[in-house]
Amino acid sequence: MSIVSFVLDGVRAMLRGGRLYWTWLGGLALVFGVGVLAYIGQLRDGLVVTGMSDQVSWGFYIANFAFLVGIAAAAVLLVIPAYLFHRADVKQVVLIGEGLAVAAVLCAMMFVLADLGSPERAWHLLPFIGRFNWPQSLLAWDVLVLNGYLALNLALPFYVHYRHWQGREPNLRAYFPVVVVAMFWAVSIHTVTAFLFSANAGRPFWHTALLGPRFIASAFVSGPALIIVVLQLIRRHTAYPVQQGVIDLLALIMAFALQISLFFVGAELFTDFYAETSHAGSMRYLFFGLHGLHGLQAWIWTALALNVVAVVLLSIHRTRRAPLTLNIACGLAFAGIWIEKGMGLVVPGFIPTPLGEVFEYSPTARELLVALGIWAFGALVFTLLAKASIAIETGAVRQGSAAGQPGGAPVLSGSSAPS
Amino acid sequence: MPPRPSPETPADAGGAPHAPDAPASAEELSVRARRRFLQGIAQVGAAGAVAATSAGAARAAWGGQTLQDAFGSFFQDHYQRMTPDEIAAALARIERKAQRQHGVAITCANTPPLPNTVFGYALNISKCKGYRDCVEGCLKENNQGRDSQVQYIRVLELDNGTLDLERSNHYYDPKAVPQPGKTYLPVQCMQCDNPPCVKACPVEATWKEPDGIVVIDYDWCIGCRYCMTACPYWARHFNWTRPQIPAAEINPNTHYLGNRPRPQGVVEKCHFCTQRTRTGRQPACQEACPTGARVFGNLLDPNSEIRWILANKQVFRLKEDLGTEPKFWYYSDDKGSAVR
Repeated sequence: MSIVSFVLDGVRAMLRGGRLYWTWLGGLALVFGVGVLAYIGQLRDGLVVTGMSDQVSWGFYIANFAFLVGIAAAAVLLVIPAYLFHRADVKQVVLIGEGLAVAAVLCAMMFVLADLGSPERAWHLLPFIGRFNWPQSLLAWDVLVLNGYLALNLALPFYVHYRHWQGREPNLRAYFPVVVVAMFWAVSIHTVTAFLFSANAGRPFWHTALLGPRFIASAFVSGPALIIVVLQLIRRHTAYPVQQGVIDLLALIMAFALQISLFFVGAELFTDFYAETSHAGSMRYLFFGLHGLHGLQAWIWTALALNVVAVVLLSIHRTRRAPLTLNIACGLAFAGIWIEKGMGLVVPGFIPTPLGEVFEYSPTARELLVALGIWAFGALVFTLLAKASIAIETGAVRQGSAAGQPGGAPVLSGSSAPS
Repeated sequence: MPPRPSPETPADAGGAPHAPDAPASAEELSVRARRRFLQGIAQVGAAGAVAATSAGAARAAWGGQTLQDAFGSFFQDHYQRMTPDEIAAALARIERKAQRQHGVAITCANTPPLPNTVFGYALNISKCKGYRDCVEGCLKENNQGRDSQVQYIRVLELDNGTLDLERSNHYYDPKAVPQPGKTYLPVQCMQCDNPPCVKACPVEATWKEPDGIVVIDYDWCIGCRYCMTACPYWARHFNWTRPQIPAAEINPNTHYLGNRPRPQGVVEKCHFCTQRTRTGRQPACQEACPTGARVFGNLLDPNSEIRWILANKQVFRLKEDLGTEPKFWYYSDDKGSAVR
């Protein structure tokens, strides 16, 4: 069956690489292995090995989960220009973006699994066999939309790559409706994740209509930041053509999104502090400390500083265009949003508790190891998917061709030398 | 009660009781199919486990259970879907597990809700002196883990004249209580009539029973803790580790939805002492309080003490503006006390 040989060819492409490639994969596998060991200890001893408590009952794992759903959703920023605005240069790299979405969604789901107290009971989520509380529970919604998004981002690239591997063009009329569904679905996964938090009337820090828009805006910063860096790495290390126009477009989107994101932060600060009520307790704890405890204060002000510097670099044409300052901005913004959306959003929602207690949280070494392991797994998945994708798209792998020998015209016309 | 088909009937192995002649609806068929599927797996698993364990006494290896029990409890269905036979098997497993883990013989019951009963609680804050006898009474009754310090009741110390919880002291520890100028406010699960935790749970492991108690199926909870996020009263607590209970302190009279020993990695909370109140007794906290501050009863009984309090005292509920409809009221005998 040709699909089987397609998959086998793809796997063979994943297993072909030089020393740098295998060192990279080996390092990631090692970090993942350490994470697995740490997780086994957590399974045995319970979540007490984390820094979480009844007071702060969600922490580092869910923080990373929320951040990664945003990364996954940002793939839509490549899909829309590619398919709706017919940007040929973006269309060339849209499959890379979808591969990143797959890795990010997988990581997000693994963080949820790692956070479960009784993960062996995860089958209770299945409809019919288990008891799936949809549509009442926002967590049920999240399970649904994340799995759907994973399926979409596996199926679409699978079909496109398969056709290219056969030396044919995919039937755009057939799969364009699915692409449109994927566009809306991408926004929905992150909106649902925001609603997960904002649905809680007893947590005033989250119970704001602005949380959904804030999630989308910050996702459209952190996602492109990562994609820009990844695309440059691909351009440097492979024959895959990545045109500068794609980078410019993503950087411009990032600039707007970060401006909007910082505006939202300003709006939250005004609303909470102009006429301060007890609902502002979490915001006060985060930015200024509360009852003498201020564990997150340094973090959030650092995040704000990182984002402000990044938005300045991105808003000035010259610094946005120059690769050095662009990459600096990407790194700063990625870190800034990670802090703000991860620890700066999940943890303060629990401080103070609904009964007014201020009880702090910081992740333990084991939590960090498990988290690193999951991130390494995501990088591993993305590397393998990108490797196969690049091999197929550059024509190195074709149906019927001998292993390692180009058997047909590359799908992408573009110079093989880094531009 | 319609006659139950015998288990040997191939068409309905372990199905729900139903009139034998009535045509089965599509939903009934799917229910039966799911039961057969789960039971089939459980039977295969149990058979495999029996085959796997050596002839003779099976040793407890799986969280204090035999392999057979571990399989049985892994494939156990949701409480609300279990047949009476399945529930009986689950109760027996719980009793065996407690015997193995703690060396204590417990009984685990499944007492149903009392008819025409919805429980409510009223607490007289002018009588509460902050002794925390209720906290201790609850602990003696409900088999919480000791090292994890799970406590269902938390007593808040507030200055007179304010109900701002952010200014409360949770860990007051003076030489004597009550301290002058202070008010004491015990908080526990409010058994809301519109519970946010029930909406939040992705697997429906928590729900409101007909007698108004919001219960948890500890064998169904996956430990995601979204319910803890949703609760505005900080009433739900998590077993971050395996609950350690000294054998001498275990209360052997337990209820499936109440105080039976819980596993690691699940949520638990006040359940209005299901094992007591469904047999007509008072909850442990009410009995433990020496001041008479606590009044527990049936809201549907017009002659109950709690109904009298609701009609004649100035009562208030915490965070009423959130629309949760708590069934826990506070009131005071003092005129003009700060109750807003």
